[in-house]
Amino acid sequence: MAFIEITDVRKSFGSQNVVQNFDLAVEHGEFVSFLGPSGCGKTTTLRMVAGFEQPSAGAIRIDGNDVTGLRPNQRNVGMVFQSYALFPNMTVADNVGFGLKVAKRPAAEIHARVAEMLELIKLPALAGRYPYQLSGGQQQRVALARALAIKPQVLLLDEPLSALDAKIRVSLREEIKTVQRELGITTIYVTHDQEEALSMSDRIVVMNEGRVEQVGTPFEIYNYPRTRFVASFVGTLNVLRARVTDAARGEIMIDDQPIIARRGIADAKTGEIRLAALRPEAVSLADSGGERNRMQGTIEEVHFLGSVMRVRVRFSESAISLDTFNNRGAEPPQRGQKVTVGFAYDDIFVLDSAEAS
Amino acid sequence: MKHSRLGPWLAIAIGAIYFLVPLIGTFEFSLRMRRGEYSFDAYRIVLADPQFQATFTYSTCLALASIVVGVLLVVPTAYWIQLRLPRLRPVVEFITLLPLVIPAIVLVFGYLRIYNSSSLLPMTSSERATDVLLTFSYVTLALPYMYRAVDTGLRSIDVRSLTEAAESLGASWPTILFRVIFPNVRVAVLSGAFLTFAIVIGEFTMASLLDRPAFGPYLQLIGANRAYEPSALAIIAFIVTWACMGLIQVFGRGARLASDKR
Repeated sequence: MAFIEITDVRKSFGSQNVVQNFDLAVEHGEFVSFLGPSGCGKTTTLRMVAGFEQPSAGAIRIDGNDVTGLRPNQRNVGMVFQSYALFPNMTVADNVGFGLKVAKRPAAEIHARVAEMLELIKLPALAGRYPYQLSGGQQQRVALARALAIKPQVLLLDEPLSALDAKIRVSLREEIKTVQRELGITTIYVTHDQEEALSMSDRIVVMNEGRVEQVGTPFEIYNYPRTRFVASFVGTLNVLRARVTDAARGEIMIDDQPIIARRGIADAKTGEIRLAALRPEAVSLADSGGERNRMQGTIEEVHFLGSVMRVRVRFSESAISLDTFNNRGAEPPQRGQKVTVGFAYDDIFVLDSAEAS
Repeated sequence: MKHSRLGPWLAIAIGAIYFLVPLIGTFEFSLRMRRGEYSFDAYRIVLADPQFQATFTYSTCLALASIVVGVLLVVPTAYWIQLRLPRLRPVVEFITLLPLVIPAIVLVFGYLRIYNSSSLLPMTSSERATDVLLTFSYVTLALPYMYRAVDTGLRSIDVRSLTEAAESLGASWPTILFRVIFPNVRVAVLSGAFLTFAIVIGEFTMASLLDRPAFGPYLQLIGANRAYEPSALAIIAFIVTWACMGLIQVFGRGARLASDKR
């Protein structure tokens, strides 16, 4: 039995269905991210696990206990908010010890636990400071310590890094992951930042318009997206209109140029119009030889991005973007230049039939 | 440019004259009790008057009771409106504004009709019960100021996140209200409290018609029978009110400094 079981959960606000038929099983100690654009229902789902929202239907179980009808203060769930939500009238130590004080733990135990938590977030010297005396990153670390101090069964994080600047975001996400791994606590993390989700999670739940689009490891989500939404939301993606010329042999035609696709083609029918997807980093400008797809086109745009250049190549109807390293010794690609681009048979994948309509 | 600054300065000067001249006149008159020289005799007489002490103490006690009742009524209401019933905010704001548009005399006649000694709830049948009625009527009078002060304080903090954070840490509603929300709107509550104090200390209509020995009716009584003492009392009442306003400023500045640092 999974540690957290979310079964057929739905949530409606009036006539608007915010979350639809959400099913998920999270194992003990697992780090699962809900990833999706604004309004996809990821935060609402998290809030239902926390108890701040009641599901319109379905059930939520934590460690075998049905918590669907329980109040948030009865669930033993730690929550970290985007806005930190530290109590402004309390010091760092009082904030961290609040949950233990509420639970009427002995003063010595509270003191020891607060010290342990402040060590964990590497801020033992700031115990006496007030939240307004801390930076955003420090405040969020204190919020994490406060949520963990009560030894919750589950840790929930609602876009905890989105209010911070880029550099602190990267360092703090590593810290959160380290703390989670050290404590082995089951964690659900809500984010709209794919990089965060990919770098931290054991599994990612990609959501769109209240539905689960795909559940998988970061590797699966990035390399084997099942829908166009997942493919385009996670990473950059070239989506091309393709005609299936021989489904059995994996042959498709893009802008009258023959291509072999080995992924996603199995259920296609010959003559069908499908969408084919290709990651920019899978395409190379130089013809490296061997058994590869090759397409002739013209360079339409060149964007210099420092160590990488993003080149846009147009065929007759479609166009793709590709990334090439900035090589100081080589001639940079020029707009209007005729080029041949190449990619492996495995790198182009045909998306579900519904996606092309 | 110089021309355009003249207007505002003129307005300020007229305003200052309008407010300060009567005040200076009153103060100057209050010092003229002794013939041919200035003295604080009027103040000495007033402060030594046992009735002054009794009525001022009475009004202070009622003001403190009104503040406690007002805070216990308004803070949870404003908190709940902000957290769970934001759509009711216009309705509650309208209700809290009513004491400003309904004259105190109308309110007190309403009370006398509803709570007279032959009614189901005879609040005017004993002195203590009338004191309770007067306290509640003061709470009503101060409602527009107390509600607005508290509501502004609540809007300056993230009530929803703080509540949810406390709830997820196991806190019950009373714990959230008294240990998280109250301390964070303390300055706003104090502002409301000082305004309530300033209103209650000089209130005349309700106390007079409910026949209670408050400071307001005492002011009126002295004013009708003495020459210099009413001026001294007026200045004392001004000082009390201004002290309340000054304290609001002091606490408000403290809160602003703290929020600036944030």
